[in-house]
Amino acid sequence: MMAGWRMLLPLISCLAAPALAQPVPEATQDYGRSDAPFAILVRSTTDIALFGPVLDGFVAANPDIRVDYEQWGSNDLYAVSLAECRSGAETADLLISSAVDHQVKLVNDGCARSHSSPLTEALPAEANWRDELFGITQEPAVMVYNSDLVPAQEAPRTRFDLIDLLRPEGSRYEGKVATYDIEESGLGYLFAFVDAQQATTFGSLIEAFARSRAVSTCCSAEIIDGVASGQYVLAYNVLGSYALDRAEQADNLVVVAPQDYTLVLSRGAMIPRNAPNPVSAGLLLDFLVSDQGRRAMAAEHLYGDATAVAPDSLGQNEAVLRPIPLSPVLLVGLDRQKRAHFLALWRDTFARPQRGATTPSE
Amino acid sequence: MSQIADPDIAGKGGSLTLRLALAFALIFALGGVAVAVAAFSYGRQAAQQSFDRLLVGAADQIARSITLQDGAVSVDLPVGAFELLSLAPNDRVIYAVYGPDGGLITGYEGLEAFPEGRRFHDATFAGEPIRAIRVTRPFAEQSYAGTVVVVVGHTLRARAEMAAQITRNAVIAAGLVALVMAGLAVLAVRAALAPVNRVGTALHGRSPQNLTPLDVAVPREISSLVQALNRFMGRLDRQVGIMRNLIADASHQLRTPIAALRVQAELAEEENDPEALRRIVQRIHARAVNLSHLTDQLLNHALIIHRADSVPLARVDLRQVVIDAIEHVDHAVLDGRTPAMLDLPEDPVWCDGDALSLIEATKNLAGNALRHGVDPVRVSVAQEGDRARILVRDAGPGIPRDYWDEAGTRFARSSGVSAKSAGLGLAIVQSVAAAHHGRLEFRTGTPSGFEAAIVLPLAENGAR
Repeated sequence: MMAGWRMLLPLISCLAAPALAQPVPEATQDYGRSDAPFAILVRSTTDIALFGPVLDGFVAANPDIRVDYEQWGSNDLYAVSLAECRSGAETADLLISSAVDHQVKLVNDGCARSHSSPLTEALPAEANWRDELFGITQEPAVMVYNSDLVPAQEAPRTRFDLIDLLRPEGSRYEGKVATYDIEESGLGYLFAFVDAQQATTFGSLIEAFARSRAVSTCCSAEIIDGVASGQYVLAYNVLGSYALDRAEQADNLVVVAPQDYTLVLSRGAMIPRNAPNPVSAGLLLDFLVSDQGRRAMAAEHLYGDATAVAPDSLGQNEAVLRPIPLSPVLLVGLDRQKRAHFLALWRDTFARPQRGATTPSE
Repeated sequence: MSQIADPDIAGKGGSLTLRLALAFALIFALGGVAVAVAAFSYGRQAAQQSFDRLLVGAADQIARSITLQDGAVSVDLPVGAFELLSLAPNDRVIYAVYGPDGGLITGYEGLEAFPEGRRFHDATFAGEPIRAIRVTRPFAEQSYAGTVVVVVGHTLRARAEMAAQITRNAVIAAGLVALVMAGLAVLAVRAALAPVNRVGTALHGRSPQNLTPLDVAVPREISSLVQALNRFMGRLDRQVGIMRNLIADASHQLRTPIAALRVQAELAEEENDPEALRRIVQRIHARAVNLSHLTDQLLNHALIIHRADSVPLARVDLRQVVIDAIEHVDHAVLDGRTPAMLDLPEDPVWCDGDALSLIEATKNLAGNALRHGVDPVRVSVAQEGDRARILVRDAGPGIPRDYWDEAGTRFARSSGVSAKSAGLGLAIVQSVAAAHHGRLEFRTGTPSGFEAAIVLPLAENGAR
């Protein structure tokens, strides 16, 4: 089913401003029979490698529907979706983004179409906003470290542990801790912004990052690969789904769900108002929140029982797992002044890292 | 509920229970509509107030977060404001902060212009109705002077939901109350109708011969019904009594004279002597006259009593009654004697009564006086207080005082049962007086003589 796989050459870099270049998908892939009577266009920020098997499951259950899948960077996806919503142009049938604040904004701007089924009605309140935006995954924001480089007794379990590790002058973590570049990654910004709301540790944490000259760079896959290869010793706030996927191959990669609290991301899926095939899109949406779809996503670590990555948190209070709710509160982070303030704070902290022409993703 | 077995009657006027049920249903339906309307109006108002407070809170928080930095307005949008707004969990949110020049500092572009001087404003945003608030924050710093405007709004789903919920709850509560009340109403109706059933049961359980008044405790509202029923049964009882009396009297009184007639007729058949035959024929004639008189009296008595019971009372002048009565006194009774003298007042004496019965009664009294009394016989009409009297007076001793009490009953000895009379005259008078709510009175005259009087109540508003 992976026939037709083609990876687009990196046409745009993380440095390119989305507003200047015409945004295009990073990769595309078709699933299902090419002569199927229905075809839907899905635009998503999820890597094809992770989401492909889930869509294979869907087209196997719905042979009448072909799924044209486009993998996008989160900021580009938001920009193109908002532009299409405002112009009323025909757009994708289903939008799935890890930058749920973008999705909330799109819904708030009236760009979504309502969808309701017994499956979506069974979703908890934080995973269903207005019957227009649905949380389809459960992915913890985790720390990963290279066990070759971090002695077992130093392995951080919480943010406080991490802050303590970074505090000493000239520690081995100096310049070796990576986290998202929140200007480039919508998801990175979202994690950082939600972190800032959760606890006072955030202030100490970015201070510690600043002191240890932490690296902010782009994209989950690159950061995790960097940790596995030893380029970085530790990475903070990377997506658990990618980390666990990578850890299956790399023995030295250890995934830690912080035990003070663990953010849990639920990718937001919505049917755009101008979607040409909303009914088929609704079928895919229902599949994604069904038991079958969840099993398929769980196999790719997209739908994880967060306690699986943080077994020590079992028996602790529920507040350890903090789902990022689909709610208008996320609009605050997108406010241009708020964003400017937040980015200014971030920029003051991080030295701009060297970056190559990488494939921007999450 | 009805115990009336006759299917033709049962249910002809509709079921009382059904009527009450319909009345209650109508009341409950109207009440329900009123409650629903009131609850919806209250719910909308309550929702409006509650969620307007959210808007006020959020807008105030945003307004407080506005600071001046290097002579420019800076808004550090508070998360708390949006958490407050997301208490309306399914509503979209808009916000905007404008500078004194009207330029957008941050927030949504292209929102509808807020009308001047209004705090709250209903508008639309991306195809959905919204309600928005405007809050101003004036700055008077050296570097910056002017008013910053904060607009915050949200869509109306939560308000509609809350209004609907309040309405629903109120209607459910009202519905439950209505159910309880309906249950109580059923009990109340049953309790209220129980006396009707009691009357029905009492009637049902009676023997057909029993026409005595019902003695069932009933509430005021249906006592008139029971009274009417009792009056009706009383009338029926009297009618049956009249019939029974007529039959009894007829068999008692007619058998003997008819047998005598037959014997006389048989004698005449065998008599050859014309002289004897003529005497027998004379006797047969006398007998036949008596018999016809007797029959008249019997029938009259029955008729008069029947009339008194069934003919509606009309206004009659007793003077006219007396005049008519005297005119019709059987001339055979007079038999050459002085006719009765009349003594009438100049003004009419009005009574409510049946003229025919009264005339018959007066005739009987006058006839008795003429037949058995001593001349002169005077018939007069007098008024005493609220009573009127028809007086018949003669100079004889009249009925001995010992028989006064039984004089009015049928075939009383005192009234002189004889071959010529059935003794029904005074019984008729008595019946007529009773039917007119009056009575028959006897009085011995002063210094001598006898007075029989029919005493009747005067018509309600007297002479007219």
